[in-house]
Amino acid sequence: MSEFRMPSLGADMESGTLVEWNIRPGERVERGQIVCVVETQKGAIDVEIWETGTVERLVAEEGQKVPVGEVLAVIIAEGERAEGEKAEGEAAGRETPAEPSIPEASRTPSPHAPSPRALDVSPPVPPHAAATSGRLRISPAARKRAAELGLDPADVRGSGVDGSITLEDVERAARPAEGRQAALSERAADAHAAMRQAIATAMARSKREIPHYYLGNTLCVEPALAWLEAHNAERPVAERLIFPVLQLRAVALALEAVPALNGWFVDDAFQPAEGVHPGVAIALRGGGLVAPALHDADRLAPDAMMAALRDLLTRARQDRLRSSELTTAGLTVTNLGDLGVESVQGVIYPPQVALVGFGRISERPWVRDGQVVAARCLHASLAADHRVTDGALGARFLTRLTDLLTEPERLWPT
Amino acid sequence: MANLSRDTLRETVIDAILAVAPEADIDALPHGRPWREALEIDSFDFLNILVDLEKRLGVSVPESDYHELATLEGLLDYLEKRLAA
Repeated sequence: MSEFRMPSLGADMESGTLVEWNIRPGERVERGQIVCVVETQKGAIDVEIWETGTVERLVAEEGQKVPVGEVLAVIIAEGERAEGEKAEGEAAGRETPAEPSIPEASRTPSPHAPSPRALDVSPPVPPHAAATSGRLRISPAARKRAAELGLDPADVRGSGVDGSITLEDVERAARPAEGRQAALSERAADAHAAMRQAIATAMARSKREIPHYYLGNTLCVEPALAWLEAHNAERPVAERLIFPVLQLRAVALALEAVPALNGWFVDDAFQPAEGVHPGVAIALRGGGLVAPALHDADRLAPDAMMAALRDLLTRARQDRLRSSELTTAGLTVTNLGDLGVESVQGVIYPPQVALVGFGRISERPWVRDGQVVAARCLHASLAADHRVTDGALGARFLTRLTDLLTEPERLWPT
Repeated sequence: MANLSRDTLRETVIDAILAVAPEADIDALPHGRPWREALEIDSFDFLNILVDLEKRLGVSVPESDYHELATLEGLLDYLEKRLAA
């Protein structure tokens, strides 16, 4: 028996609202399966489970606000039998939820998970207390009517006592172009404010705690662009690579060479990331920023990497990111070149220890073989945490990155 | 397809841009200025717009011609040229 808990999906996340369960008691779940949707400051997140087994029971209810580390559901691991309640208490004390080690590492401050026993005895925040304070207030009749209409009660604006949702609210919300649109746009405004707050908290913490140092390099990308054009020449538009694929690949390989920039600074110590999963900073239309991880960027062939990036960008803009993508990145890459700026002096996303910034590709005078020629150039920067690395190591990384982007045949050696 | 009027072509291009960037204010775009930066169209959005235009117009733009698409007028000129060919 193990407990599936509210994951920490960001350094400063305290709680999330369970929007939807995708599983039912008695159902089998696979490691990596998306089992629920949680609304956070970073939007709605598809949350994966890290254990294969059977759902014993769902503890949290849809609409309930759940603190990080609190139990969402109880899972019977594969090969384990459902035992009596007594056995459950013992098992819960012994077993830790099978979450991936990486998300654990990125949790700072420590998630203050309640002791597993507290669940069945006298929890500091028992699930039912949380239910009354955090969940949607909605009358039974309104809930029933919302279900009939296929409405998500979370989209309905409550006009009753303490903002509770009445039958009338549901009926109003069901009328298109009036209630529902108003409710949705209000929710979008709330979501936007919440994301702004999350960014403010993380960035203020970064500038307060992290002694940044900055390095930069201007490099000629003519060979890389020629490589890209040759790769794309015979392909239909939909199958072409975009330049950021090369940038992310170069970052991934440079990180392999300098792993001290790939990880988290947690409890006054550096914890290396497992695997190379650079975060990709994505500006959202309508404001806001997310930086989900591109998993295994060091192992993907060009087309697979483009497919993974396409998938990530598309889901980020549809508000469908996965929990593992918000917890595994050990470094973030930001590309502001499309917005017309030459260089970026990045702010590290804590608890990560470095950020790579790319500016715009533009034509510059460049000296080649003693001649000044016009060449397309790019500025690459590194912001790194001086508590973890020194300039010499950062320079090694940036030089490596420069070499890889300057000699693109090294990106995917055959 | 070959005898689309400039206005129809313009409408088609604007539809393709709006499909990717619904909030884009294309009327406010300064004439002759690069449209991608002004509308915050990144390389991924740009690729999606080209995919969309290929579907709508049957014109596949090779990467080596991207530089001709820097302004909205340039993009229209380019598409007109390709459609007439």
